[in-house]
Amino acid sequence: MAEVSYVKASRVFSGNPPVRAVDELSLEVSDGEFLVLVGPSGSGKSTALRMLAGLEDVDEGAIHIGGKDVTNVPPKGRDIAMVFQSYALYPHMTVAENMGFALKLRGVPKTEIKAKVEEAAKMLDLTKYLERKPKALSGGQRQRVAMGRAIVREPSVFLMDEPLSNLDAKLRVETRANIAALQQRLGTTTIYVTHDQVEAMTMGHRVAVLKDGLLQQCDTPRALYDRPANAFVAGFIGSPAMNLKTVPITSEGAKLDGVIVPLSRAALDAAGGLDEVTFGIRPEALGIVPSGEEGMEMTVELVEELGADALVHGAVKIGDSSQRFVVRVDGRTPPTLGQHVKVAVRDHSEIHLFHPESGERLEA
Amino acid sequence: MTLVAEEVRIDVPVSGAPRRGVVSRAVGRLGNGFVQVLLAVVAVFWLVPVFGLLIASLRDEAANTSSGWWTVFTKPAELTLDNYAELVANQAVWQSFLNTFYIAVPATALVVVMASLASYALSWIDFPGRETLTVVVVGLLVMPIQVALIPVAKLFGAFGLFGTITGVVLFHVAFGLPFAIFLLRNFFTGIPRDLIEAARMDGATEWVIFKRVVLPVAKPAIASLTIFQFLWVWNDLLVALVFADQDSAPITVALRAQLRQFGTNIDMLSTGAFLSMIVPLAVFLLFQKYFVQGVLAGSTK
Repeated sequence: MAEVSYVKASRVFSGNPPVRAVDELSLEVSDGEFLVLVGPSGSGKSTALRMLAGLEDVDEGAIHIGGKDVTNVPPKGRDIAMVFQSYALYPHMTVAENMGFALKLRGVPKTEIKAKVEEAAKMLDLTKYLERKPKALSGGQRQRVAMGRAIVREPSVFLMDEPLSNLDAKLRVETRANIAALQQRLGTTTIYVTHDQVEAMTMGHRVAVLKDGLLQQCDTPRALYDRPANAFVAGFIGSPAMNLKTVPITSEGAKLDGVIVPLSRAALDAAGGLDEVTFGIRPEALGIVPSGEEGMEMTVELVEELGADALVHGAVKIGDSSQRFVVRVDGRTPPTLGQHVKVAVRDHSEIHLFHPESGERLEA
Repeated sequence: MTLVAEEVRIDVPVSGAPRRGVVSRAVGRLGNGFVQVLLAVVAVFWLVPVFGLLIASLRDEAANTSSGWWTVFTKPAELTLDNYAELVANQAVWQSFLNTFYIAVPATALVVVMASLASYALSWIDFPGRETLTVVVVGLLVMPIQVALIPVAKLFGAFGLFGTITGVVLFHVAFGLPFAIFLLRNFFTGIPRDLIEAARMDGATEWVIFKRVVLPVAKPAIASLTIFQFLWVWNDLLVALVFADQDSAPITVALRAQLRQFGTNIDMLSTGAFLSMIVPLAVFLLFQKYFVQGVLAGSTK
């Protein structure tokens, strides 16, 4: 059990110009917390994890585990276990040997290793497979062995680098829930890397969003969704993505296709002096209204039926250009392709405004 | 999905061959048959001389000079083990046979041990100048043995190694290492990085990673290298001819000394040649079981 902190930690790869894969990352993870690092590929999330693991150098700043500076400590001295994306099981060892390898190296007595391996195997439903080699296991079983290898060691921190990305969709959802439950039960501080924002939202106590090596925002999933700190986070968190359009504003509100969406006083004050803002609204905050009412004219280009809901993609004219919008509607009465519908803002409290250039959130 | 299918295959063998057309099956079988015939022909071409050598080694000199070895089929009574008894009794030839072991075994073992250690460092330990060192070592592959004979002979002379088994072994080790490192490094770098890092996270030192993870996974490459190096040293004539003296000469040199310009001592030659051939064959058969495909299967993804 331990808390983890990154103190302005950077990883710089030499080159011309040098690449700052992780740039002055500062992050506090408390004891027992499940923190998810999420971001698109190349955002530095895996590098940040590998720095914590000791597999990657820390070029600037420091990393602390359990209050101890481990910046220059080799991996074996950090008391951490890692689950790799590829699982990285030892192909010549049985499942039991794979799981007990770390304990064996530490000189733990054989009987104790056996007991611990069996206990972890029971937890992961692997008891039947202990004597098998990894090649005789299915993908899901291999993934569980990789988890077991980490659990058996009882480390103070678990690191997981996209452990679910090699599983098929159904198994991934199942394993996702299992990992979250397991973490809850063990209460071990866990840092989990993923590019999948659904995984991030469902598993993490807190989620840290990275982009180009820079921390964008770190907060609870709810807060990330409700109050994204900038346009990038707004577009990255949530599926389908938030509609983000740069629109002109007047003293009354934002101008969208002739419709003026009224904005709160505070929002207007924050945007004071700007002609345009990045206007963000989630698909579920939009709705299709009867043709008589006020709304944006939208031509339906694609309807994705998800069962309970349907996602309607369409084009709206804003100024001179045609912009694509996504609207979430009731799954039983979706519009048809090519139909012209009226779209209006259903919930005015769900409007997000961002600075058109910096992307920073406007209003407090 | 495919992984699930794999599991099914383990538990319940899928019954029934995949359905194929009559024509394609016929062509397949014909192609198969052709390949088998071809392989059989090649095997016979290789085996007949070996077999002839074996028979010749089992006939006395008079029989060998008066008729071909194939006449043995009509006169099997000619077969005798006298030649082998004579060879073992011949102190010089028997000693040279033993010398070959004294040369080939350490020259192989040293190369395998040193090359695997070096290859591990060159593939998985980060140190300044690693790339340059790799290029230099592997670049030594282009150095022909012949250009080194005289300088090394002088060097050995100065160190008192000339004419000793140690000298011959050292020369073989030096010239075996570039290829050995080239072969093993290529294999080692192909081991997934995750596997090495997983071991590092499990608390393994470099030595433990080498011994417990890399070596078991690299068995096929090490088996190939062992066979290569052993054959090359065992069959060497040139190096031994230059650096060995009467007492340290291996069997290749001793047999060459038995060659006469007129007349033959085929009984001695065929016996020695057959003996010197059977050992590498045994080594090959011993190590070939490690040539299994897919040692890394199941490790990653």
